[in-house]
Amino acid sequence: MYAFEIERPSTIADAVKALKDEDAQALGGGQTLIPTLKARLAMPSALVSLSGIGEMQGVCIGDDGAVCVGGATNHATVAKETASSFPGLSGLAGNIGDPAVRNRGTVGGSLANNDPSACYPAAALGSGATIITNAREIAADDYFQGMFETALDEGEVITEVRFPVPEKSHYEKFVQPASRFALVGVFVAKYADGVRVAVTGASENGVFRWSEAEAALSTDFSASALDGLSVSADGMIADLHGSSEYRAHLVKVMTGRAVTAAS
Amino acid sequence: MPKDGGIGASTTRREDVRFLTGKGKYTADINAFGQVSAIFVRSTVANGVIKSIDTSAAESMPGVLAVFTGEDFADVGGNPAGWLINSRDGEPMKEPKRPVLAHGKVRHVGDAYAAVIAETEQQARDAAEEIIADIEELPAIVDMAAALAGDSYVHDEIETNQCFDWGWIEDNRAATDEAIKNAPHVTTLELINNRLVPNAMEPRASIGTYDAAGDSYLLQTTSQNPHLTRLLISAFVMGIPENKLTVIAPDVGGGFGSKIYHYGEEALVLAAAKKVGRPVKWVADRSESFLSDAHGRDHVTKIELACEKDGTFIAFRTETLANVGAYLSNFSTATPTFLHGTLMAGNYTVPNVYVNLKAVFTNTAPVDAYRGAGRPEATYSIERVIDMAARELGMDPIEIRRKNFIKPDQFPFASAAGLEYDSGNYDALMDKMEAMVDRKAFEERRKASEAKGMLRGLGINAYVEACGIAPSNLVGVLGSRVGLYDAATVRVNATGNLSVMVGAHSHGQGHETVFPQIVGDMLGIDPASVDIVHGDTSKIPFGMGTYGSRSLAVCGSAVVRATEKIIAKAKKIAAHMLEASADDLDFTDGQFAVKGTDKSVSFGEVALKAYIPHNYPLEDIEPGLEETAFYDPANFTYPSGAYACEVEVDPETGKVTVERFTACDDFGNVMNPMIVSGQVHGGVVQGIGQALLENTTYDENGQLLSASYMDYVMPRADDLPFIAVDHADGTPCTHNPLGAKGCGEGGAIGSPPTVVNAVIDALQSGGKNVTHIDMPLTPARVWAAMNNA
Repeated sequence: MYAFEIERPSTIADAVKALKDEDAQALGGGQTLIPTLKARLAMPSALVSLSGIGEMQGVCIGDDGAVCVGGATNHATVAKETASSFPGLSGLAGNIGDPAVRNRGTVGGSLANNDPSACYPAAALGSGATIITNAREIAADDYFQGMFETALDEGEVITEVRFPVPEKSHYEKFVQPASRFALVGVFVAKYADGVRVAVTGASENGVFRWSEAEAALSTDFSASALDGLSVSADGMIADLHGSSEYRAHLVKVMTGRAVTAAS
Repeated sequence: MPKDGGIGASTTRREDVRFLTGKGKYTADINAFGQVSAIFVRSTVANGVIKSIDTSAAESMPGVLAVFTGEDFADVGGNPAGWLINSRDGEPMKEPKRPVLAHGKVRHVGDAYAAVIAETEQQARDAAEEIIADIEELPAIVDMAAALAGDSYVHDEIETNQCFDWGWIEDNRAATDEAIKNAPHVTTLELINNRLVPNAMEPRASIGTYDAAGDSYLLQTTSQNPHLTRLLISAFVMGIPENKLTVIAPDVGGGFGSKIYHYGEEALVLAAAKKVGRPVKWVADRSESFLSDAHGRDHVTKIELACEKDGTFIAFRTETLANVGAYLSNFSTATPTFLHGTLMAGNYTVPNVYVNLKAVFTNTAPVDAYRGAGRPEATYSIERVIDMAARELGMDPIEIRRKNFIKPDQFPFASAAGLEYDSGNYDALMDKMEAMVDRKAFEERRKASEAKGMLRGLGINAYVEACGIAPSNLVGVLGSRVGLYDAATVRVNATGNLSVMVGAHSHGQGHETVFPQIVGDMLGIDPASVDIVHGDTSKIPFGMGTYGSRSLAVCGSAVVRATEKIIAKAKKIAAHMLEASADDLDFTDGQFAVKGTDKSVSFGEVALKAYIPHNYPLEDIEPGLEETAFYDPANFTYPSGAYACEVEVDPETGKVTVERFTACDDFGNVMNPMIVSGQVHGGVVQGIGQALLENTTYDENGQLLSASYMDYVMPRADDLPFIAVDHADGTPCTHNPLGAKGCGEGGAIGSPPTVVNAVIDALQSGGKNVTHIDMPLTPARVWAAMNNA
């Protein structure tokens, strides 16, 4: 680790101001950033911790019925607070990493980092969430722009995420056995106007929607509706833990299991 | 029934009080007054010529006290291999120098070529980044077959990548070839025994201290064998006389073999301490551990099993390439040869065995003994090919093994691979295992799995291994450059409590509990009044340390011998006190009593007399009560086992779940059943890890892809089943005084083929034509095997 300054703002405005410094970096739960610093792979001049900002904490239900999660809310809190309002989201949050990770890692940190194997991007894209920042509102469909790439500008902070609540949903994850990130994770959500299917862990471009499955499931929300569909291995990740063909295969298997388990 | 806390009692581990309350004292916990920090600069390329190293910028950084490169150690000795192996043609093995710091070339990613000593770790790290090394990268030599075929070398001066080409037993080669040629059935299997990273919980760490007044050194280090480390540093690397070097291995958080060896970092901190006049401390981070600890296994083997149509074994023949990595680590030449080839007859009466093994240098981390060390590789090859042969012959996997087992009345048994097994009862182990597994109900369990859409398989395995290393005369003939005895000093203190100094080193084994159980039992005293001293060469007799499941069988036997000497002397003192002849005394429950009378003295009274020798026959008996014994075993010990594993395989994803695991072992007489069960649990978990999870992978450039826990899969609790173990009623070892066989490695030896056999059984039951998958059987590999079949 290299030496750095630490800022602990208590308001979003102060955080945004602190992040205007060149080489300042926002710190959410630190589940990616801290190991990166320990390995001397990053050299920020200052870390701006977001965890002390009260207005970015907690879960509530919005006027439109959406589940609204403060950007600095940790996974364990999301798992607990959404258990009855949005079980699919609660299940996803409750199976990220281990208890230590879930009590530190935050929804905003996960979405801002957009690790191609992280769980939260699947929930956000799969439920058509809105990413709210200090500056604007971004639809999930516009937010994810590839592996570790998002629509966020420099210094922009995710203050809240609004998840429309589906009739049924489930996140099915096949874990990479070492990191326990998703080797393939599929979030399926059934809304009155159709089904959304978001896949994480599989693609070299990060989280994506499997539109053929969405169409099939919108007509018939059952695993058998996927019969005959397949996912191309082109553009899928290949690494120590699985080939692109294997990941493409798992997308379909996990989608089917998510549909069967959806409640 | 065992006496309270004596031999055979499941006494809880006294050392756990400090381990479980955070009071263990490990090397990294030690902070010497005035200590400074060492940081190593390691190669990021697998193979390269060091053109120049510019240390000037680093030397001028804040807090920097010294910078070392390989040039500074050009004149000191290399870190040697402990065993000399001769090739089939009689040529001795190639032994390129292993320097303290890489010199001339870097030979694997993680090879240290410079070190910075600074006031703080942070300053040392900052300065290390300012060292400018011009290293010309060369193509990496990674694949063993390519290494042997190619014309570029890891060590240019030996002009080959072959360390040796070994035949065991060379005189049996022709007969084995002939037997296989004429056999009615031959099963051939090509397999890989996957490379493993040891991953001890505690990373390596060393503190060097130099005392200019006495011209003496202290090394505190993470070692399984402080005396061996001292000997290597003194006699081979640095030339420091043993009396000027103390090596202390305090609490050590696991070794699994990786801390047997002397590493260059230990020599560096000693040299640096002298140069800067301050204690120098280095603690590896986890990334360094992955890159620079000696790895394990890494064999590529072709095994053939020739048999009659009825399953009677005729011959085993293997051809193996064994990776030794970039340098010869201390045991690296023994592990694939005499700890591997000698076990290639397994538990069987097979008359012909021939092993050919070529050891190969590559641009990867050194490979050496890792829990089991050669024997897991032998067992895996044998027990996989037997399973395949049974399937080809339509035989039951238990039946084919039983048909070929050495029978109880055949012991001692001279195996076709050159060892004399002293005792065993392999059928009894198989009987017990079958009963525990409830094999009749397996079909019901399989149906229940199938109803869930899962495939279920049952894997069977039998193993025998040779441990409790080792008889010095025998290993001397086999190429060992050291003896493999051990030693103990039993010191009875004046008021009757005891300190026992042992050459073995406990880094998780429970010596502090078990050795007092033995001494307490023999002396009829409370084991709580006995304490073990270990790990400090200035306090303990010269013993060879702990590895190869030797602590109890070898050092424990030395403890017995020393205690016997104590009893003999105490008896003489007691005889004087009782005014009787020593021959007329009985010693039971801690009392010396004159036969047929009520006259007696306690052991404690005798101890006090020995130290306050008033009215004492000083002309006949020396005062004091302290005895040392060195024990050199007559043979290896031969633990054996029958294992079973049940798995479920998800046919859609290839994921394997271990549902049940049964381990029946024969460890001879068991001193502490609870600790032995723990050893089996740990070994089985490591074996399941090897079979299903642990995936050490170098790419073609020699980069270690699985260099962190984000990619290297260690077994976790939720990967594991309940493990049913049984080690009661063993056949005692016939040649050591405890009748004990080593128990530290059996679990890791017996389990990998058990798991793989179970997965193949599951796939076959599901109609998949899969006969073998190389470890680790990851979901992706199992899925690929199912779908390419």
